[in-house]
Amino acid sequence: MLEIKNLSVSYGDFEILNDVSFNVKPGQWLMVVGPNGAGKSTIINAISQGAPYTGKVLFEGRDISKLKPSEMAKKIGILSQSHTVSYSFTVDEVVRLGRYAYSKSIFSSKNPGDEEKIHNALELTGMLPFRNQSVLTLSGGELQRTFLAQLLAQDPKMLILDEPTNHLDLVYQKQTFELIARWIKNTGRAVMSVVHDLSLAKAYGTDAVLVDKGRVVSFGRAEDVLTAENLGAVYMIDVYKWMRDMLSQWK
Amino acid sequence: MKTKPNHFRLYEYIIFLAITLAAMLLCVCAGSVAIPVRDTLTAIWNTIFGLPAPEGISQSVIVFVRLPRVLCVALVGASLSLCGAAMQGLLRNPLADGSTLGVSSGASLGAVISIAFGITIPGIQLAGTMIMAIVFAFLSLLIILTLAYKMDFTLSTNTIILIGVIFTMFVSSIMSIIITFSGEQMKSIIFWTMGSLSGSNYSHALSILAALVVFGTVIIRYSRELNAFAIGEDNARHVGVNVKRVKLIVLIAVSALIGVSVSISGTIGFVGLVMPHMTRMVVGPNHRRLLPAAMFSGATFLMLADLVGRVLLNPLELPIGVVTSFIGSIVFVYIFYTTRKAG
Repeated sequence: MLEIKNLSVSYGDFEILNDVSFNVKPGQWLMVVGPNGAGKSTIINAISQGAPYTGKVLFEGRDISKLKPSEMAKKIGILSQSHTVSYSFTVDEVVRLGRYAYSKSIFSSKNPGDEEKIHNALELTGMLPFRNQSVLTLSGGELQRTFLAQLLAQDPKMLILDEPTNHLDLVYQKQTFELIARWIKNTGRAVMSVVHDLSLAKAYGTDAVLVDKGRVVSFGRAEDVLTAENLGAVYMIDVYKWMRDMLSQWK
Repeated sequence: MKTKPNHFRLYEYIIFLAITLAAMLLCVCAGSVAIPVRDTLTAIWNTIFGLPAPEGISQSVIVFVRLPRVLCVALVGASLSLCGAAMQGLLRNPLADGSTLGVSSGASLGAVISIAFGITIPGIQLAGTMIMAIVFAFLSLLIILTLAYKMDFTLSTNTIILIGVIFTMFVSSIMSIIITFSGEQMKSIIFWTMGSLSGSNYSHALSILAALVVFGTVIIRYSRELNAFAIGEDNARHVGVNVKRVKLIVLIAVSALIGVSVSISGTIGFVGLVMPHMTRMVVGPNHRRLLPAAMFSGATFLMLADLVGRVLLNPLELPIGVVTSFIGSIVFVYIFYTTRKAG
């Protein structure tokens, strides 16, 4: 579905990604894992054409740098790590923009099915009661759920999420991950997400790519990638022991 | 639950139009000599239908002096306010307008050069200044965008604003040099840079109307895209907006409209900055509602500012740019203070 081939990104002499290759197949949830500054968000930036890169990014065999932005939006939906809003748009107005790529005429913004998709997206993310509220009055978590609703309204073939549970409390973290897992199961589509929480990555990821200093350390099935040895080499601590110590606090 | 309307409704158009027309009538009636409303309407009616002027009514003052001036003021106000609203959405910055981008200063430089060196096109009044202003507005845009693109290939808004500010400073210094060596033309250039619409005629009004119809339509056609930009440039790209193309087209339309406005009225500050801001408080940030509303409110504000400039120190006339900057900066500080306090 999504193929990343020999992706490299540099700003001047500073190399951020070096020869990164991996792929995502339908039905998979690929977790992109690695320490801060490893280049995880830059991978997403390059895929969304927000950073200049060398190498190839293919979606269903087509070079995505050659896709029209509206075609791209129907194929890949991207959720950014953080959202800053400057104007008092309503939640409904933000979510409605998710349908932008589907507008057929420059004079009409309405398409059959738009209202249903918007309503469902708001309902799934629990944002229906906030529909007419200004986004400036929302908490960080509610704002994140608003943009997740926009993404679901966009109805892409694949989701790319940069820290999807950023700002979310435990309950919404669980709900969001379960919602995304259900979305994959129901649609047979794929998800790629950057996560810092290794437990979430292990619990929900079917596959994983471990990145460090702009290079891929390991790529494959989640249980083969997120091993004590691999994680220890990248994070420079015994991650498994740390996880067990944390868990023991709750006994 | 009822959702907010996604576009400007007919009754809202009627209310805004009625307020604008009322302000227009007031501005034609009031002045150094007050003319009753009935006489004003009769004079305009008779001129339109080719009827003879009634006795005791100074038809020529109404039809050939005040009305064209008020029309020009309204159209310039509408244009500047529309451009400001579009820039604030595009750059996701409530402090942006044509002057922040550097386009207004570029247009001014073109106009100042044409006045200082007497560049005119025979037979067409103001054409030299207008063409120079438009050309320089385009050139400024080209320089700003090329520099921004070289520094940051995504044409990020912060880069554009920063380059706009630097460019404005650079252009101001060139203008100062030209003014210093302009000799006899110095007074008219300085008066022009303060903004003036005295001496406007119907051909000026027609030029700005044509520009507003053409470029205003282009800007309003991109309302949805401006909504996406106002939420965030990355978000706009993610939902499928052709970010670079839309940005380029809107910037070109804005610079052309500002070029025409500046050539007719001189530099008039704060209309493009304050009016979209105030209008947004009333109709919300959705550009499908904001852009039409901002045109009406910009027209109304500038007509009233011009009226104040004409009658406050009568028989002396204050340049309109001085009035808008004076009122605008106070209103701006008030808005900034109250929104910061509330936020």
